[in-house]
Amino acid sequence: MTATVTPATPSSSTTTAAGSGVLRDLGRHRGRLIGAGAAVALVLGAVLLGGGSWPAALAVDLSGPLDRTSDWIIDNRDGHPLFLYFLGHVSNAVVVSVRAVYLVLLALGWAGVTAAAGLVAWRVAGVRLALTSVAAFAVCGVLGMWVPTMQTLALMAVAVAASVLVGGLLGLAAGLSDRMHRILRPVLDTMQVLPAFAYLLPVVLVFGIGVPAAVLATVVYAAPPMARLTALGLRGADAGVMEAAASLGATGRQRLLTARLPLARKELLLGVNQAIMMALGMAVIASVIGAGGLGDRVYQALGSVDVGAALAAGVPIVLLAVVLDRVTAAAGARIGAAPARRAGAGWAVALATTVVVAVAGRLSDRLAWPHSWTVDIAGPVNGAVDWMTAHLYSGVPLVGGTADWAARFTTWVLNPLRDGLQWLPWWMVLLAVGALALLIGTWRTAATAVLATAAIGVLGVWDPALDTLSQVLAAVAVTLLLGLALGVGAARSSRMGRALRPVLDVFQTMPQFVYLIPVVALFGVGRAPAVAAAVVYALPAVVRITAQGLSAVDPAALESARSLGATGRQQLFQVQLPLARPALLLAVNQGVVLVLAVVVIGGLVGGGALGYDAVFGLAQGDLATGLVAGAAIVCLGLMLDRVTQPTERRGLAGKGA
Amino acid sequence: MARTRIAALVTAAALAVGLTGCGAADMTRQASPYADAKGSRTVTLSTQSWVGAQANVAVAQYLLEHELGYRVDTVQIDEVPAWDALSQGRVDAILEDWGHPEQEKRYIDDKGTIARGGDLGVTGHIGWYVPTYFAEQHPDVTDWRNLNKYADEFRTAESGGKGQLLDGSPSYVTNDKALVNSLDLDYQVVFAGSEAAQITQIKQFAKEKKPFLSYWYKPQWLFEKVPMTEVKLPAYKEGCDADPEKVACAYPHTPLQKFLNARFADGGGDAAAFLKKFRWTTEDQNEVALMIAEQKLSPQEAAGRWVKENETTWRAWLPA
Repeated sequence: MTATVTPATPSSSTTTAAGSGVLRDLGRHRGRLIGAGAAVALVLGAVLLGGGSWPAALAVDLSGPLDRTSDWIIDNRDGHPLFLYFLGHVSNAVVVSVRAVYLVLLALGWAGVTAAAGLVAWRVAGVRLALTSVAAFAVCGVLGMWVPTMQTLALMAVAVAASVLVGGLLGLAAGLSDRMHRILRPVLDTMQVLPAFAYLLPVVLVFGIGVPAAVLATVVYAAPPMARLTALGLRGADAGVMEAAASLGATGRQRLLTARLPLARKELLLGVNQAIMMALGMAVIASVIGAGGLGDRVYQALGSVDVGAALAAGVPIVLLAVVLDRVTAAAGARIGAAPARRAGAGWAVALATTVVVAVAGRLSDRLAWPHSWTVDIAGPVNGAVDWMTAHLYSGVPLVGGTADWAARFTTWVLNPLRDGLQWLPWWMVLLAVGALALLIGTWRTAATAVLATAAIGVLGVWDPALDTLSQVLAAVAVTLLLGLALGVGAARSSRMGRALRPVLDVFQTMPQFVYLIPVVALFGVGRAPAVAAAVVYALPAVVRITAQGLSAVDPAALESARSLGATGRQQLFQVQLPLARPALLLAVNQGVVLVLAVVVIGGLVGGGALGYDAVFGLAQGDLATGLVAGAAIVCLGLMLDRVTQPTERRGLAGKGA
Repeated sequence: MARTRIAALVTAAALAVGLTGCGAADMTRQASPYADAKGSRTVTLSTQSWVGAQANVAVAQYLLEHELGYRVDTVQIDEVPAWDALSQGRVDAILEDWGHPEQEKRYIDDKGTIARGGDLGVTGHIGWYVPTYFAEQHPDVTDWRNLNKYADEFRTAESGGKGQLLDGSPSYVTNDKALVNSLDLDYQVVFAGSEAAQITQIKQFAKEKKPFLSYWYKPQWLFEKVPMTEVKLPAYKEGCDADPEKVACAYPHTPLQKFLNARFADGGGDAAAFLKKFRWTTEDQNEVALMIAEQKLSPQEAAGRWVKENETTWRAWLPA
């Protein structure tokens, strides 16, 4: 019974969201049909299948074959031709490329790298961003993180280049061939919801701990958005232009190079931007499998429960992300503008200055960041965290401490939700998933959702998966509550919007490992801190999408409401929110996917369930536990994504109508 | 810039493939791309997440760098994957291992890719602990037979109606679920999921003088901050933990071991000889660990201080 409470928001809204006229009738009709079908199935199920958790007879135990696979890989890794003649070379190429970039960065010295970053930003995006970049790199040095920053930068450069290459080629194939598009789309869709932790284990088993495994895991994570956006750009090419090119007698190759690709420049650049952001998001997670660099510093600082040191290594990651994001976004915005005259001269100046600075640095023997220029922020930060946790943990007058809230949240929300879900007969869960997906999406999304849920049962992790699901639902509910409130605030007051933006930026790019300790210090060990970490991670996206959706509402509609004498409250609830419904649904979808991505992090703070199994598998090199948990998380992600994905049907229904 | 960089990378990659040619590329013989930047001799040490292990590594690193002129890289890896990395040569040595018979058989006896490096000199012990302030008020809690009497006191929101037994990182050796079962205890094992989370939680409990029952191990610097008393479990006998599902006895006392990559052990020169001789005491390790974890010194600073005060100890480790 608890299962239907939270997802009720999307289901009740879509029936009206379906649009006007025929569509709306269809929507209502559908709703009623699905309801009737579900009722019949409910009765049938109760009579034929009874209650209880997923039946053991329908589960498959994969531990035998998985253990054998794992043993085979370990025994043959240094002898089998597959490893010697293919994977070995892949691994080698990665090592050599990362090393090449790393040596170049070291040779440039800190002055050269900072100058190069500033000058590139100046050429691409103007003086303001140039200053920001220089400041960002300087801060990395001041924090005493210069060498780790360069290691991370070298790894990122190779990983992003490989992601752009692989993603671009896949996107090219999907953009030019309809069949490839049909094959690739579900794969890319799945990868989009794949939590990064889930595939660290197989990669590490094949390539071993180290940089190659880290780079490949990063590529798997960062290539899909590039592929998706490339395909989107190529498919969106103006038919008129293409026709014109064809009538001018251009060959297929010429049309691609001179018309299609240039027309898709914006999407391509956005793809690169996305690939960079995803790769940086992976920087810390990949440190678990030996990526080194900044991520490793964060990870090691956690071992001694040193939030300050973790933050000192986390800040450079945030800064790199902000700078790279702004610079590539600025490059994207300039596309289409007439190229400035003497652009070549500008680049030449930039190059010359970089060389001069680098040589000067080399001659004055100042390649490494001077030790006396570093500032230790760990002490003050730890002091602040200690104060906060000491004063907020318990015994706060009136409201009680955070530990009391966490205990209450666990007892009154998480426990009933989990027990309720686990009490539900297994077929009723499938039915609920199917009905919800049908209400919002199409037959196809419903089928995917139900199959994904059933796969979890077959994998034999039904109960832990429902435990995880209950945490996800609770976290999504909290995220939406806070996110909508903040988003509405940001949309209605531009001052609040401006104040929120940097905060959101920081929380979106801050490695999740950094707030692992504060979260435990505030909420204790258990599922409550896992939920808190998920909320912190997913909130920025939800706030942002909500605020954007609300601000994009047609000003004419608002004006007319105002002229009719609507109060601010009425405007919000009766005009803005209904009109922004697509954006709100997107916010729900994004919230769900992002929350799930932190489930594994939750395993590190006592969230248990699938997240703990995934961490356990990785820590013990236990493929049977880790891979099964990973696969179950993916299935859970697929199911949640399909259940909350409203766009599909409208696209299809629109075509049909 | 981006384009030229990509072009350069593609060339570099092509070059790499070209150079290695069509020959075999053995992944187990690849070094880290960050290693050895100036042509110096490099040693890669595995540092585990707990601070005691970081102390070993910090002191070994300090001496290798300052006395023997090596460059040292450290990689943080969990226990079991560290064996794998050691076998592949991604790391040269593990300085503190708590006993992994399965891995020892596979990598030392069968494949011969890992060599034993001798005792670390520190004896490790895992057990169940309650805070001393609680044990003093209720002396009988330190016997497992009385644990059920106190289950109520150890209850938390996470443990349901039962008492909470706090467990830590998934990478650690633990029989706690089986123990709770076989000893018929009214407790629920709650996995903190990481040592960092477990320590943070223990500190929060201690700040409020709340009772708790936790899986913990010695030597560990946290004992200096939060004094804890061990709960006696049924005595350990050789082989009583053979069936992991039915363990009903305490954890053994384990002399912690060092392990070296076999190739490194033979051809590692001074560094390998030094690491084989490296041997200190629990007190030494704790001293360094406490400086790292509590005074928040960087591992290198902590190691530097210890080295300054204990010259007689480490002189003996250096190769003649």
